[in-house]
Amino acid sequence: MSDSTVVGLHHEEQHRPEKLHHFAEPEQQRDAASFGMWIFLATEVMFFGGLFLAYLIYRRLYFPDFGAASKSINATLGATNTAVLICSSLTVVLAIWGAQTARRSLMIGSLVLTMLFGLVFLGIKGVEYKDKFDEHHVPGASFSFDHVPIPSHPDQYANPRHAEIFFALYFIMTGLHALHMVIGLGIFTWLLFMAWKGRFTPEYHTPLEVGGLYWHFVDIVWIYLFPLLYLIDRHP
Amino acid sequence: MSMATATIQPVERENYLNKHYGVGSWLFTTDHKRIALLYLISITFFFFIGGLFALLIRLELLTPAGDLVQADTYNKLFTMHGQVMVFFFLIPSIPAVLGNFLVPMMIGAKDLAFPRINLLSWYLYIIGGIMMVHCMLTGGVDTGWTFYTPFSTAFSNTKVIEAGLAIFVAGFSSILTGLNFVVTIHRMRAPGMTWSRLPLFIWAHYATSIIQILGTPVIAITLVLVVAERALHLGIFDPKLGGDPLLFQHLFWFYSHPAVYIMILPSMGVVTEIIACFSRKRIFGYSFVAFSSIAIAVFGFLVWAHHMFVAGISVYAALVFSILSYAVAVPSAVKVFNWTATLYKGSIHYDAPMLYAFGFVGLFTMGGLTGLFLAALGIDVHVTDTYFVIAHFHYIMVGGALMGYLGGMHFWWPKISGRLYPEGWARLAALIVFLGFNLTFFPQFILGYLGMPRRYFEYPQEFQVLNVLSTAGATVLGVGYLLPMVYFLWSMRYGKPAPDNPWNAAGLEWMTSSPPTTFNFEKEPVVTWEAYNYDELDRDHNEEVKVVG
Amino acid sequence: MADHSKSSPLRTYFGVWIALLVGTFVTYEAAFIDLGRYNAIVALTIATIKALIVALFFMHLRHAHERLLKLVVIATVFFLFILIALSMADYGTRDMPVAPAAFAILRWS
Repeated sequence: MSDSTVVGLHHEEQHRPEKLHHFAEPEQQRDAASFGMWIFLATEVMFFGGLFLAYLIYRRLYFPDFGAASKSINATLGATNTAVLICSSLTVVLAIWGAQTARRSLMIGSLVLTMLFGLVFLGIKGVEYKDKFDEHHVPGASFSFDHVPIPSHPDQYANPRHAEIFFALYFIMTGLHALHMVIGLGIFTWLLFMAWKGRFTPEYHTPLEVGGLYWHFVDIVWIYLFPLLYLIDRHP
Repeated sequence: MSMATATIQPVERENYLNKHYGVGSWLFTTDHKRIALLYLISITFFFFIGGLFALLIRLELLTPAGDLVQADTYNKLFTMHGQVMVFFFLIPSIPAVLGNFLVPMMIGAKDLAFPRINLLSWYLYIIGGIMMVHCMLTGGVDTGWTFYTPFSTAFSNTKVIEAGLAIFVAGFSSILTGLNFVVTIHRMRAPGMTWSRLPLFIWAHYATSIIQILGTPVIAITLVLVVAERALHLGIFDPKLGGDPLLFQHLFWFYSHPAVYIMILPSMGVVTEIIACFSRKRIFGYSFVAFSSIAIAVFGFLVWAHHMFVAGISVYAALVFSILSYAVAVPSAVKVFNWTATLYKGSIHYDAPMLYAFGFVGLFTMGGLTGLFLAALGIDVHVTDTYFVIAHFHYIMVGGALMGYLGGMHFWWPKISGRLYPEGWARLAALIVFLGFNLTFFPQFILGYLGMPRRYFEYPQEFQVLNVLSTAGATVLGVGYLLPMVYFLWSMRYGKPAPDNPWNAAGLEWMTSSPPTTFNFEKEPVVTWEAYNYDELDRDHNEEVKVVG
Repeated sequence: MADHSKSSPLRTYFGVWIALLVGTFVTYEAAFIDLGRYNAIVALTIATIKALIVALFFMHLRHAHERLLKLVVIATVFFLFILIALSMADYGTRDMPVAPAAFAILRWS
């Protein structure tokens, strides 16, 4: 049933250890795995969704203060990170395409690139967090946000209590997102290892597809986080 | 289609129970049936703990004065009673025990779609449970099971963070179970098992799984926010710091209202199976019952703020949620009508499972109707946060969900254990449960209407008689719950070996051996008949009897 | 997995990638222009389009065998919408006077 050699597999590849006994056919197993990941992503949407609700409510209630707080985070870095994740999503689909067309080097190279982009993202995030720490914008005992003008009414100052809520949500939302990136990097490390060992063929690369779905979802979350957190009230 | 009726199977035949021995074969199993039993033992343990708290509460409430425990302790008692019963007993109960055991068999599959994730879900439940037990042993929580802020985040001196994290972990157990069921029901049905031939138990679990998947993550993130706020002194829910306590309530109830449908829908599925079998009839209005399960799941997400009518939401929001709360009662009522129509002109058998089903229909109806009282804003203003609410939800959770669970345990016990339970004792226990339940909770409707608030450990003298009746009922109820535990255990050793289909019931699970083999079916079944084909079953059975006798 | 439209997926992938980058650039630049209330609408509309094309093309939702996966996505988005819309309806109507229609009727009689 399977064709063979280009991906550099062993000759016992006729025996499919990945096929689980309770499935009638490999198609069913693949469909089930993909469906299962989509449902898991649905739970993740609702998980982040609660945070988005909290954010939207307070943004509406405290728009001027949120505008001031948002202006103090680095939109250029945020936009750069958005581009980085977009590139990483491209490399993910290229890796899968490489598996589908038995292009081993492309598959492995793309996986490595994906992980590199992920690391760049986290690095930039680290720089941002450090900036916030230095400016005393981390919620807690040392938080201070005094005499920061409101973007649309520069003669007024933002309410530090309300700004602290922005930063609490900023850190929780981007922190949770970053945690998902770290987990994604862990998953892709394992996928890279499997790819290196030659486990993926044009017929079987379900873990790549499923891992890819997860990675794209993390990208989508950031696609929304970026404008909501960084671009509230940027025009003078 | 012949049923093996009177032939007793020898118990030594290989089945899922005796295939492998040893603790390891249980703790590392991926067999959905063994995982169901692991859950059975765990949730029974937590039922005892929750019951212990209930006993202490009812003992305190025997007298008007707060004399058994201190006020702070009493706060912990009702908090942990609620948390344990909701998150560690009711939410898992039927899906994790009966669902895990039966869903694959009912659709003709060898196992769930993701057996290892199934085992993981049990481990997550255990980890959450251990965290909860540790929390209880090292001081407990006193915020009420609802964790309202800012008390839970800024003022309580108890182990809020640990309790929150315990429930967070247990929540993922629930999510994974739901995920597994949805994929299984979509992808693993045997040939010929179309959607309209599925047992309504499956439809009920499918609807339940939708709620588990979409709702549980919201309480997960809410608990994360509570833990973060408490640990880092944030102000997301604290009015002094610009936060809004109602935001917490919106997020909390967005899950916790659909959660009550997680608790009741599977029980409705059980009751449907039992009523069909013990009336020897097809379910009246199959499609209506199937779609009403989905409707309950969908509508259940639209009504959460009816828990917040007096908390400070806008009047207009309250109006909208009130109307929607009336709407959600309709699909439940549809089910009650269909059960009743099924019973009509049926050949009724009063075995223990059927007694529980009868109890369910009556008590759930009462609980549901009182829910409509509460959905009316004018009434709710008076009885919210009183014993009226407590009685309402206990009628549904205990009179409904728990009775369905017990009925299902009796119905499928022969399949699960390969043994018959003693029918006489079982009917007696069902009766005791029914009487004890009503004695416990009916007085609470009156107490609430008269104005006794909930979560109070002392009360005015004039409420004592009703409280004493309630405590007496709780004692009777406790006896009623202990009996099945005793005779189920007894039956595993001394019970009569069960035939494959002792009830001559419809459904693929009855076409396996009692107990089933590890992979359920010798070969994959091919379904060519409709669900609840009791007329065919009884005709075949009568013909066999004629031939034999 | 010899599949239908995988014939020239690379063009689609690179096209989506460019679109995503362009969308990001437009979002960033538009934020510095005063569009009043429409700043947020523009930003979120572009974000939604980006999310859609990632889901449809990168996550292969467009080529899903059955409508089931699309139903999962739609249902999830719907319930998230309910959470946000009904909660914000509460906050949005808190400052409204109570029962203005009732007062109108009283005045009329």
